[in-house]
Amino acid sequence: MNNEKTQKENEKRTIRVGPLARVEGEGALHLVMTGRRVQEVRLEIFEPPRFYEAFLQGRDFMEAPDITARICGICPIAYQTASCYALEKAMGVFDEMDPPIQKLRDLIYCGEWIESHVLHMFMLHLPDFLGYESSISMARDHGGIVKRALRIKKAGNAIVELLGGRSVHPVGMCVGGFYACPEPEDVAMLLTEIEVCLADMKDLALFLAQAVDYPDFKQDYEFVALCPDDEYPMNLGRIKSNRGLDVDQETFGEAVEERQVAYSTALFSAIKGRGAYLVGPLARLNLNHEKLHPVAADLLKEVCAALGKDLPWNNSFLSLPARAVETVHALALAADILKSYEVPSRCRIPITPRAGYGGHGTEAPRGLCWHDYRTRDDGTISFARIMPPTAQNQMCIEKDLYEIAKQVVDLNDMEAAMRCEHLIRNYDPCISCSVHFLKFERTWRKGWDKPR
Amino acid sequence: MTPIDAKIYEKLRLAVYKFSSCDGCQLSILNLEDELLDLVNTIEVAFFLEARRQVLPPPYDLGLVEGSISTPDEEERIQQVRRDCKFLVVIGACATSGGIQALRNWTDVEVYKRMVYPEPAFLKTLETSTGIASHVFVDFELRGCPINKDQVLELVTALLIGRKPNIPTHSVCVECKRQGYACVLVSKGEPCLGPITQTGCGALCPGLSRPCYGCFGPMEQPNIFSLAGRFEGLGFAPGDIKRMLRTFNGYLEPFKQASDYYEQREDPEGE
Repeated sequence: MNNEKTQKENEKRTIRVGPLARVEGEGALHLVMTGRRVQEVRLEIFEPPRFYEAFLQGRDFMEAPDITARICGICPIAYQTASCYALEKAMGVFDEMDPPIQKLRDLIYCGEWIESHVLHMFMLHLPDFLGYESSISMARDHGGIVKRALRIKKAGNAIVELLGGRSVHPVGMCVGGFYACPEPEDVAMLLTEIEVCLADMKDLALFLAQAVDYPDFKQDYEFVALCPDDEYPMNLGRIKSNRGLDVDQETFGEAVEERQVAYSTALFSAIKGRGAYLVGPLARLNLNHEKLHPVAADLLKEVCAALGKDLPWNNSFLSLPARAVETVHALALAADILKSYEVPSRCRIPITPRAGYGGHGTEAPRGLCWHDYRTRDDGTISFARIMPPTAQNQMCIEKDLYEIAKQVVDLNDMEAAMRCEHLIRNYDPCISCSVHFLKFERTWRKGWDKPR
Repeated sequence: MTPIDAKIYEKLRLAVYKFSSCDGCQLSILNLEDELLDLVNTIEVAFFLEARRQVLPPPYDLGLVEGSISTPDEEERIQQVRRDCKFLVVIGACATSGGIQALRNWTDVEVYKRMVYPEPAFLKTLETSTGIASHVFVDFELRGCPINKDQVLELVTALLIGRKPNIPTHSVCVECKRQGYACVLVSKGEPCLGPITQTGCGALCPGLSRPCYGCFGPMEQPNIFSLAGRFEGLGFAPGDIKRMLRTFNGYLEPFKQASDYYEQREDPEGE
């Protein structure tokens, strides 16, 4: 009897789920437990490398936003804005940016936040909380919710289309501004729809806060986000954290390091001297909630009351309501920009190519997306570096997984895997953005901040 | 092509696959917001990892493949995908041409590896990134970086009722004229690839007064050299023309052949 028990305790089981569903790109989950002891947790990324940073070299600087957009079909605006601002710095025109162009950059980004957040909340993430394998199954019981969400998602795409022609890999933005500016009639038509969606999204955000159970989970995260002085982060601002990181855009590359673990082929971002950090909606909201649009700020109070949880939220499962609040913010901000729209006197600032350097990050729906470039006299790119959001969250995801794995040791493999998958989806991981993400094996070494 | 006889099946069983790509073409399917719920009621979404966890076993009636073949693993996996799908349609520039990542095909991939990764030895990647048709027989293709979601709807509708999908193969110019846009090449002297690029996008770039950059790839029988001659007249060097042709569909003929010619012209001595 005793013998049997010891055997059970030492029984090694490996849970592997791959490829993961309802994430963008290809990844797998690998969990090794001996008895009730968690031995190994891995988020494996097997997205093939595509070598963007290599083939950007030698391309003209004006081509960069169109090329980097192709890193990710879900958040092309994040790549386009980061490329544009970084190259505007390299070309020495960043400080000359006309305020109306800046507003249009915010507007198109609102569109991307809306479509990407709604896609993730209602089609990829909510099924986990309500116990469905997909939104297709969820729609049978919650058809109304899914239909309303699809309408809001469509409105987000319509904003991107207004300025970019299409929602995936839009063609409107360029280094210096935009190729063309929208007509006032088109803007007015869109405004009506955005206002309807804003009211509906407020409702849906409260539904998410009231009707969904969020697992108890707490981690001590370092949150990193843009922190502009007078607005909720999106395109501009210094990069700060809740643990004292405070750098300007161009030096962020020096504040973080790309670490490599023994026997591993992964590169992942860590803050120098500290380690894992979290980017994305939770980081933005915790660091900048007082700068939300008034409509979203009022809603946040109601959401906090419904959840019974005040900020800061140290639970990655709460990324869902955080996304809902941000979607309301984006809709309200978009409505404001559309309302006050006048055709700008010019859509783009003229640029004379020059040799230079520029680094800039913007807030992709899933977190900070940071690029830096060097250019030659003729405007061709001689160096490019891209830090996608999911590469920066990877260490956090694994630390969370280690924590959740301890909670699921008594569940059967299938249920344990579901809980871990759910946790990975908290981060809305965009594995396609894997400019340098690799499948990896992890072995913790002394001296590294091993998850406890 | 052999249309699927819808009457034989309860519901058409759909599979959507991803290879080396950005997910944008799969997302374009999810962007059919108005039609999505009707679509999933009409067809069986049997395998579509980006959208659902549930996986039904093959065979599938229709397989949509996004992405290019760029790793040894993908080279094997596409063979199984072909065996599992009765009708295989490749969607988007990566699947039809190798995509932007096919730029490695003109260089030594080892150099690229060393440029991006400190431990290049761990990478499992092929020397080239190629379209699906270089590996297995393909029944139909939808072009574009990304695809046009209306073309996906047209494809599925046509297959359901058993007719040929109506996907035009003429140039962007025709669409541009229909929309009444001023020609960016003639009126602004900008290097527009519209005359040699297949339609499907809706002439988006000329509509925003910028030149077309060819994201739907070459049209049927394009006269690339005539257009490129015009570009040279506008002051563009062979190297510029090579670069314009080598983007998202650069490895697709005849863009590839033409870009190779301009590369020769750029550097007539060879390296």
